[in-house]
Amino acid sequence: MYSASDLKKGLRIKIDNEPYIVTEFNFVKPGKGQALYRSKLRNMITGAQFERTFRSVDSFEPADLQEKKMQYLYKEEGKYCFMDNESYEQVFLTEDQIGEAKKFLIDNLEAEILFFEDKPLEVSLPNFVDLVVVQAEPWARGDSVSGKTKPVTLQTGYQIQVPPFIEEGEKIRVDTRSGEYLTRVKE
Amino acid sequence: MIHGAVNISQGSRNEPPMEETWRLSKKKDTLWKRARMIHAIRNFFISRDYLEVETPNLIPVLIPESHIDAISCGDCFLHTSPELYMKRLLAAGYPRIFQICKCFREGERGLCHLPEFTMLEWYRQAIDYLPLMKECEELIISVARDLGYGDVIHYQGQTLRLQRPWESISVREAFALYGPMPMDKALKEDCFDEVMVSYIEPHLGFEQPTFIYDYPVSKATLAKAKEEEPDLAERFELYIGGKEIANACSELTDQNEHYIRFEKVQKYRRSMNKSVYPISERFLQDVVTMSAAAGIALGVDRLAMIFTDSPIIDSVVTFTPEFL
Repeated sequence: MYSASDLKKGLRIKIDNEPYIVTEFNFVKPGKGQALYRSKLRNMITGAQFERTFRSVDSFEPADLQEKKMQYLYKEEGKYCFMDNESYEQVFLTEDQIGEAKKFLIDNLEAEILFFEDKPLEVSLPNFVDLVVVQAEPWARGDSVSGKTKPVTLQTGYQIQVPPFIEEGEKIRVDTRSGEYLTRVKE
Repeated sequence: MIHGAVNISQGSRNEPPMEETWRLSKKKDTLWKRARMIHAIRNFFISRDYLEVETPNLIPVLIPESHIDAISCGDCFLHTSPELYMKRLLAAGYPRIFQICKCFREGERGLCHLPEFTMLEWYRQAIDYLPLMKECEELIISVARDLGYGDVIHYQGQTLRLQRPWESISVREAFALYGPMPMDKALKEDCFDEVMVSYIEPHLGFEQPTFIYDYPVSKATLAKAKEEEPDLAERFELYIGGKEIANACSELTDQNEHYIRFEKVQKYRRSMNKSVYPISERFLQDVVTMSAAAGIALGVDRLAMIFTDSPIIDSVVTFTPEFL
């Protein structure tokens, strides 16, 4: 069971026996009033979105979903193919189902595929993925404390803001939930 | 869709120093402005003969509040606001006092909330909440001047006019104008807070700062009830850019009424299985000698958000709890 204070972006809960995902979340408290948890929820089957405000006494069951670890193989005709490494079972997800994950999807990446009654619903990536910078402006040395950022392109084509000292060919760790740069990866 | 139920701090704990330096260094301009803002606040009060005071942060008793939880520390609590001891000073004959201090509240973390935040409180004898509204306007206009702003400030793409008078609207009017139901119905159906957050707040303080006033007595533990309408309390809030910036009231000075309201809050907390904190008998004795006064609490971090055009509270403090 989850309580309202466990709510956060990405949490999947069950409402009326259907799986919902929290797509936006904020803790609010009107002057002298009670703590409220404003959430935007998306029905994971129908895609319908709505807003709901919870109180701290509200509680939720986790959504009835099965997760299976699968490996990303390839993209063909707008479908993304994933394979179960033990049973060799393959499933296909549509562009819509992949959504934002395509910014971070590299060959052979292991990800969780979510199923609701045998239907693949969506992919859930590891929180952190390491990607290679394929294009970046050179670093004007010494500029690491000005707080500036610069745009670079990653191997997936995703453009991201990074600190100025990141250079072409380096690998960086990206937080797949926020889409933001986290740190440099030394190999 | 991307999912993750892992706390963000887990990924950030082991960051190399270069990244942390970079993250902090991005705040430099904001932190300078915040410091200048606090300096301007002090100047304002000192020039008006307010005494700056410091009261204890570690205290054994609390003013009961239905929806504010304290953080325990040994046998004591970290104060959730300096209200109790500032009022004891008022009762002892300090007519104008102000304080800028850290306050601590359990479980409060959001885009505009931190469990440890900075509060400005000031109290003034012999006035009620209406002159305090005026003084609040004067403070913010004076701070804006000191920071080099003219008559407008920009916040998140909105242009806010600072010329007086500012908009003021009663809670009842606001419910009638923006809400899906009248105020009394919302109280009866126990959805006052929800309506406030979803329907009212998104309209407050977008063209100019807005005062919203005369709250139901049940939503104002220590505010004086209005003589002509005892269901309402002399309490107001200041909103800028949809954000609650300050909360003020004409202070309750009737000892018996204090006992009644405190008991009500304690009963509510007990019924909700929340901790029931000890009450200060000394404070209740002091109330007897407290003359008419008004007091206000203003969120310094939130005001800094407005002046630095920051969408989240994280931007205006040096460190947030997730990065310690």
